[in-house]
Amino acid sequence: MNATDTKTRYQGPPDYRTVGRHGVFPQTTHDEIERFNYLAQMNRHLATRVLPSVRTVFEKRVAPRVAAAGGRFANRHDVRKALLRDPYYQTWSALRRMTMEQRQQAGRWVAVRQAEELAAKVDRAVTDDPGGFVPDPAVKIPRYVSAVDHHCMPGSYHTELFPGDVSAASNYDSGIFATTGGTLGRYSDGGGQALLRWVHHNLPEFEPRDILDIGATLGHSLLPIAAAYPRAQVVAVDVSRPVLRYALARARSLGIGNVRFVQADGADLSRFRDSSFDWVQTTMFLHELSNPSMRAIMRESFRVLRPGGVVLHVEQPQYTKAMPLFEQAMRDWDAFYNNEPFWSTMHEIDLAGLMIDAGFKKPDLIHGAATAIVDRDVFPDAADDRGEDYGRKAAWHVIGARKAA
Amino acid sequence: MTVETALATASAKAAGKRPYFLAPEVERVMAIAMAIAQELAVARARIDTLERLLERKGLLDHAEIERFTPTPDEAAQRGLWTQEYIARVLRIVQQEAENAAAGPDADLASEDVAVEVARDAPSDSR
Repeated sequence: MNATDTKTRYQGPPDYRTVGRHGVFPQTTHDEIERFNYLAQMNRHLATRVLPSVRTVFEKRVAPRVAAAGGRFANRHDVRKALLRDPYYQTWSALRRMTMEQRQQAGRWVAVRQAEELAAKVDRAVTDDPGGFVPDPAVKIPRYVSAVDHHCMPGSYHTELFPGDVSAASNYDSGIFATTGGTLGRYSDGGGQALLRWVHHNLPEFEPRDILDIGATLGHSLLPIAAAYPRAQVVAVDVSRPVLRYALARARSLGIGNVRFVQADGADLSRFRDSSFDWVQTTMFLHELSNPSMRAIMRESFRVLRPGGVVLHVEQPQYTKAMPLFEQAMRDWDAFYNNEPFWSTMHEIDLAGLMIDAGFKKPDLIHGAATAIVDRDVFPDAADDRGEDYGRKAAWHVIGARKAA
Repeated sequence: MTVETALATASAKAAGKRPYFLAPEVERVMAIAMAIAQELAVARARIDTLERLLERKGLLDHAEIERFTPTPDEAAQRGLWTQEYIARVLRIVQQEAENAAAGPDADLASEDVAVEVARDAPSDSR
């Protein structure tokens, strides 16, 4: 194959060196970069070459075996449990789990070996910007964060190896490329770009003055929105102090000055008065919560919204009756085997009903779809991808509501 | 401090019971093999980088590598290296073969010999 063939034929993640390097991005050696490159390719291989045959084995041997024994699948859990006994599903699952563990190991190595330098950079950024980060030592880390580490990320978002350590955030940030194969773009902001385009297209008159992002972590999904409305006051909340401090340094180094990072639990936004925001949003966040906390966040979102304001949540699609049980079972994989324990329940809950319970009116509900927006010259575009990675694809649903004026 | 911390904690376990999809001993070996597969890809990438840099500096023509033919002496050295490498990797297979050939009498457990050599009366006369 000559070079031209490679260029025209190549489909897959770009080189990790195309990932955007903001001011607090970790240093990476040649081999650390190649480790991420390998992991992005491995994830792509599992999604495109290994996973599709899980459907084949389900149809050819798993479902027939259950039927032959007189059984039937009453729900997605029955399907998953039958799949668990199949050697091909076992192999795919073992590889998918190991790849996630290797990704975490690779990112932690990069972040922890330079944790002190990263902490010093973040300290400087926080000191240089009084009020940019608002800590609240009274905020407790909820059980749904501390019980198991989401997506096998040791220490989750909130632990510090020493006071001021940001290695957890740095690991998360530097490895997103490997998990998503580049489909979230240069600054992992493809989700935020997608939401922004959705709003421009569907709510063209909307000119928000105050924006609230709940569960912001690194702020990566929020920054394109803050940049698009430079006169808006933007608030990013999260329960975890280290990710917020890192997010502040990250945002400022990227030239985004209109976001304040506030340590707060979305279930208790009492520090904000009623009707404080025009736009409240979460991006790929609800599935990491608990049922009571999600309900409380819906109520708090309604309360802090101004009349005429909009709440928008970006998530993977809900499990509806129209979705085959096989697809539901496959989408549940992350819930049970990638430490996303609320994923399964969250995707079966009637979110529209929940929003009505929170105070929104049925005619004011919003349903939409959004696909990650990336620099297509360099990054793979999820809109062109006809494959399905069951819960990992960068294509989401938007569910929300406008608060009656 | 941090390189030691990285060595100690980069491979830390995430909170939450780890699911095993295969027999644990099989999945353990597979996880090690997949980590080695990753490191092989990293090493391959480093060699590729080296070749391309040498080529850019005019020190190497990429096609030369594909056309490379070792002299008989070089081929022997390379062959010997590969033989040594395979013998190293398949050490356990050789040892199991030696054991099978020697028969059960030659296969004393050190734990049993420990009891034997600890006895007051020497058993050398056996």
